[in-house]
Amino acid sequence: MTPAKAASRAGSRNDDEVQVVLAHGGGGEMTKRLVEGHILSRFANPLLSPLTDAAVFPEMRGQVCFSTDSFVVQPLEFPGGDIGRLAVCGTVNDVAVMGADVMGLSLALVLEEGLLFSTLDRILDSVAAAAREAGVPIVTGDTKVVERRHGDGLTITTAGVGRRVDGVELGPWRIRPGDRIIVSGGLAEHGLAVMSAREGLGFDTSIRSDAAPLNGLVRAVLEAGPGLRFLRDPTRGGLAGLLVDLSEETGLCVELEEEALPLTPAVRAASEMLGLDPLSIANEGKLVLVASPDAAPRVLELCHQHPLGRRAALVGTFTEASPPLVELVTRAGGRRIVLRPYGEDLPRIC
Amino acid sequence: MSDLREDIARLVHSLHRVSREAGPMAVMEVCGTHTVSLFRSGVKAFLPESFRLVSGPGCPVCVTAQGYVDAAIELALKPGLTVATYGDMVRVPGRKGSLEDLRAKGASVLVCYSIRDAIRHAQANPGQQVVFLAVGFETTAPATAAAVLEAERLGVGNFSVLSGHKLVMPAVEALLSAGDVPLDGFLLPGHVSVIVGSRAFVPVAERFAKPAVVTGFEPEQMLRGLLRLAELVAQRRPAIENVYGVAVAEEGNPVAMAFIERVFEPVDAEWRALGVIPASGLGFRERFAAFDAARRFALTFGADYDPPGCLCGNVIQGKAMPGDCPHFARGCTPRRPIGPCMVSSEGTCAAWFKYGRNFRHLPPPVLAAG
Repeated sequence: MTPAKAASRAGSRNDDEVQVVLAHGGGGEMTKRLVEGHILSRFANPLLSPLTDAAVFPEMRGQVCFSTDSFVVQPLEFPGGDIGRLAVCGTVNDVAVMGADVMGLSLALVLEEGLLFSTLDRILDSVAAAAREAGVPIVTGDTKVVERRHGDGLTITTAGVGRRVDGVELGPWRIRPGDRIIVSGGLAEHGLAVMSAREGLGFDTSIRSDAAPLNGLVRAVLEAGPGLRFLRDPTRGGLAGLLVDLSEETGLCVELEEEALPLTPAVRAASEMLGLDPLSIANEGKLVLVASPDAAPRVLELCHQHPLGRRAALVGTFTEASPPLVELVTRAGGRRIVLRPYGEDLPRIC
Repeated sequence: MSDLREDIARLVHSLHRVSREAGPMAVMEVCGTHTVSLFRSGVKAFLPESFRLVSGPGCPVCVTAQGYVDAAIELALKPGLTVATYGDMVRVPGRKGSLEDLRAKGASVLVCYSIRDAIRHAQANPGQQVVFLAVGFETTAPATAAAVLEAERLGVGNFSVLSGHKLVMPAVEALLSAGDVPLDGFLLPGHVSVIVGSRAFVPVAERFAKPAVVTGFEPEQMLRGLLRLAELVAQRRPAIENVYGVAVAEEGNPVAMAFIERVFEPVDAEWRALGVIPASGLGFRERFAAFDAARRFALTFGADYDPPGCLCGNVIQGKAMPGDCPHFARGCTPRRPIGPCMVSSEGTCAAWFKYGRNFRHLPPPVLAAG
């Protein structure tokens, strides 16, 4: 149903109660109603509630990590998540993988005229639920409205601030030959879930987005100490994109074991059918962890003890082989090179 | 060693032995899915260097003549018209850019996984003409035929199809008749064979005295197929054999073939670089002319051409390897393809770009004792 039809079906209610109109962005009474009625009511917390121009954190000692991300996704809602959950998890994860405790998020919404309040409310509920799950408050925000056809329904920008855990140093420069690569669970689920929901790509699948806040899992694996070298969440570009980056940054070769990759049968089947490589498909709730050979078993154990790391697996090793490439040892025992994916992968014919 | 690796190791050793005894040979893998799967599975690295694999005309997007691509692009320029297509067609460059370029400029281009999605789109947008770009071989043609029958039953008047469907066997025969590329045998695709039946390939053996083996896409199936093919070549036995097992019946899938026959008839079709091959395409039967987008929009197909310097036309015939092309991995990449072989995930150039640039042969795997 188009938004306009939905609005007219709502009958006696005014259009501006059913859907977003330009006046909601005008800064007047309507804006107040939008912000108070739909947004603030969901996110009350001590840092947000004074409604000052900026949130004031109590004194923060140590290193501060700060990151931002914008979210556009079609459709806005997909199996296992929506743009709201994505906006919280994406930024929480970017800050968390630095080895930081995430202290607060900003939430900026750009609403397209015509967006149904029923949709907006569902997505804001999802933002609130994901923030609760992560244990991270939304501490400041903003709302704008753009004309019809000048937005994508809803776009969200979040920024996150965190405090790095004392003594933690994580980065590609700490990676050494022999270090092991662990992934925290099944790959490619987010990207395939979104594709399955996209108009015209309606293949039947049980695959759900894995979007999840990883700060709890990160906190758990930091227990492993300095043998943990590097963390990152393999989002756009998938595991392939991340590992090619690491190979280039470290000058080391990556040897991946296809047999060890955690891929569900549904993911295998859907990627096969679409002619896509699950290694290149986005994840939104997975960690890639690099650990020294000594620390790797402990890191894997810590993953397995956390609900988001139950299916964690050792999937590869950094080696000094030359040239520095990502190589996959296939199930058949052969080898192939893994490249950074280009642009948007397209489903194939036949 | 896992069972799979053990099986693979044995097959690789056998293939090396046959190949050593028989000397150099060149076989064509007709299907683009085989090209990609051989790389992806790592099987290609285990093949003997003297056992040369040549990619054939089996990538649907790659064999589509440029005139069709330009006609599709003309359609997308029409206001009130949506061009619906499978994914890999949108990036093929034509004279006026690609469908992807046009979409960025506001043209209505719908990427579908299934042709049924195009029908649904037409039903949901009765004021819009929806044209589905039907390319592909016997594997996708039954779905197109079934969809046309469905559109007729549902009375979806704003839906039509631009048929670029092609038949595999006439192209193989054309390549063999031309005889430009010395080939010793053919690896045939399981999924096409499931539809047409292994019997359809008998002319390869009878007219051209070449062996051919039908096989699937799993590493073990591909190796088994290549080994059998090497044995047949070594024995000079022009037989058509099937190692794909139960899935391929000699007579194919009569239901799927009946769908094709009900809606389509064989027509002379233009292939990229191969020119017009008699009875090698599928055109609408008169009774379904109403669904023929070429008639509905009075389209004419211009002459086929390769973009300047592009060797796609030679690549799909096995006359050139991707690396022979001056554009390969320089001007022509999957992101900015010059020719269709770099666009499709099934395309030979895309496969070589993705998996072949650091390709090296591996020694045969060590066999477990016993």
